[in-house]
Amino acid sequence: MRVDVKVPDIRISQAHIKSEASVRTEERSAEDAKGSHLEIRHFLLSRGNSAAADRVFHVLMVLCALSIFAIVALIAWRLVVSSQLTWNRFGFHFFYQTFHDTITGQAMYWDPVNGLFSAVPFIYGTLVSSFVALLIAVPLAVLLAVFLTEMCPKVLRGPLAFLTELLAAIPSIVYGLWAMYELVPLLREYVNPFLSRLLGWTGLFANDNPTGLGFLASGVILAIMILPIISSLTREVMSAVPHSQREAVLALGATRWEMIRVGVLRNARIGIVGGIILGLGRALGETMAVTMVIGNTPEIHKSLLDTGISMASVIADQFTEAVSDMHRSALIEIGLALFIVTIIVNAFAQLLVWAVTRGAPSQAR
Amino acid sequence: MRSLTDNLVTVMAILATLIVVAPLAAIFGYLLYKGASSLNLAFFTQIPKPEGESGGGMANAIVGSGVVLALASVIGIPLGIGGGIFLSEFGRGTKLADAVRFTADVLNGVPSIVMGLAVYSLVVSVHSPWVPFSGHFSAFSGGVALGIMMIPTVCRTTEEMLLMVPHAVREAALGLGVPNWRSVVSITLKTASPGIITGCMLAFARVAGETAPLIFTALGNSFMSYKLNEPIMALPLQIYLYAISPYDDQHRLAWGGALVLIALIVIAVSLVRYVTSRGVLKGAN
Repeated sequence: MRVDVKVPDIRISQAHIKSEASVRTEERSAEDAKGSHLEIRHFLLSRGNSAAADRVFHVLMVLCALSIFAIVALIAWRLVVSSQLTWNRFGFHFFYQTFHDTITGQAMYWDPVNGLFSAVPFIYGTLVSSFVALLIAVPLAVLLAVFLTEMCPKVLRGPLAFLTELLAAIPSIVYGLWAMYELVPLLREYVNPFLSRLLGWTGLFANDNPTGLGFLASGVILAIMILPIISSLTREVMSAVPHSQREAVLALGATRWEMIRVGVLRNARIGIVGGIILGLGRALGETMAVTMVIGNTPEIHKSLLDTGISMASVIADQFTEAVSDMHRSALIEIGLALFIVTIIVNAFAQLLVWAVTRGAPSQAR
Repeated sequence: MRSLTDNLVTVMAILATLIVVAPLAAIFGYLLYKGASSLNLAFFTQIPKPEGESGGGMANAIVGSGVVLALASVIGIPLGIGGGIFLSEFGRGTKLADAVRFTADVLNGVPSIVMGLAVYSLVVSVHSPWVPFSGHFSAFSGGVALGIMMIPTVCRTTEEMLLMVPHAVREAALGLGVPNWRSVVSITLKTASPGIITGCMLAFARVAGETAPLIFTALGNSFMSYKLNEPIMALPLQIYLYAISPYDDQHRLAWGGALVLIALIVIAVSLVRYVTSRGVLKGAN
């Protein structure tokens, strides 16, 4: 029995190792037969290499990633193509023209039967309902985030965070259903008369509307819907503030609120603003809940308690019953305007959030 | 004075938390109260009765939702996972990957009704030989609209889960001579698969509740339908159409449908939390 004991030289180079292996191989094959040497060569050569498959796979994955650009391009292209009719007829005036009723002289904006289309009440309604939503949601969301990060007992933190996540997961149709049958009667019976008595002197709370639908209802339901977004982003940026900041402010003798205000919120304010703009972007595009409670009247009313309309709600409301190609084209042009506005707002918000979190992928929500 | 402000803010923060939790409790409470009474066997097995007649159910809506969501998943999940693989395996650090990530986040914020309009314009309004089932309302167009909404979400969560797989796993595979594509598919993807599945479930749950894109793509159907080239009903769409109708019976059914929809979504979200918190992802570490 031969014992192959080869003690390798420490200074061995690649050439030496190769020759070691080939020597061993040749020794073994010299013992067995020439055949096994050929078997090993055959085996090694038949593995092939995976360059072709790797290339194909790489190309496939790049195509999948490029599909995201393709989707944005596709949406933009189709919206522009399908709104050509209105664009050729009205041009840019579509977004600010005012018509006048032939008999009463009242300002009129949307008359599908006579082919008069103007986007003014929709832009106004979208802005007003989003503004009311932000007014209600931002203080609540920031206070909620402050409570959850700084003041909450550890035991409650998990369940409360879960509940806020649950708020974000509820589909908007369910919000709309609840708002239409519970929130609107509440507003109609109790809140609107109270508000118009209390704040009617401002001119913004005239209670001429007996239905309870309107900007206030849509503002409240939008506020409930954007609250989780603002609150979760605020919590994220607040947790990213290093503890040293908090400790430094406390060491200077601050109360807890002063510590939060100076040490945390001041450092996190860019991210909080980003979160607010992200919530605004969601509120601008929200359709189902708004279309069920805003009243869908294409007119401009000063009072917050009056009915209105928004860009997304009119599309959901009128598209399936559009009276003409021009009507459909006008609705698609409103959709195009909505698309551009939400892209700009969301891009701006994403840039702000990225500036704070340094482009790292955010936690899965 | 300063301690007074401090206490005041604490009280306001607690109040804010209660104000936030209250609508959640109200919504779930009303859903259970109003919805539970209208859920019976007929709800899940019968199609809607004509207006004015009582009874009937939402079987066609539930089946229709299944069909449309299946098509949406077939479109959205492969493309999304492919995008996520690109972002984490091939494009890490490149400008292209940054652009894709940014665009995906922005696309997430585009209103769903705009997606529906684009698909209407592409598939429904014009008959074209390049696009299948074009020229009329169809379940296919509804599935496409929901599918392209799923892609950005699936892409981002896949990327995040794949980033968590330690390099040692990939290097071990490559060291054994596994081809790169095989290593990504069979080893890296498989390691991150619990997280990827939860990401897909999150996207699925989000898209399952979407109504707006379906209003003028799938259009709705009062009868049971499985075909892709016919209009089809979906659960959230049926809830919307019933909610705005003038019949009390249909309002009752709408509440029942909303309860079913919420139950499905709560189950999906809870499963996601369970899987991620139980450390199933510990396999990736």
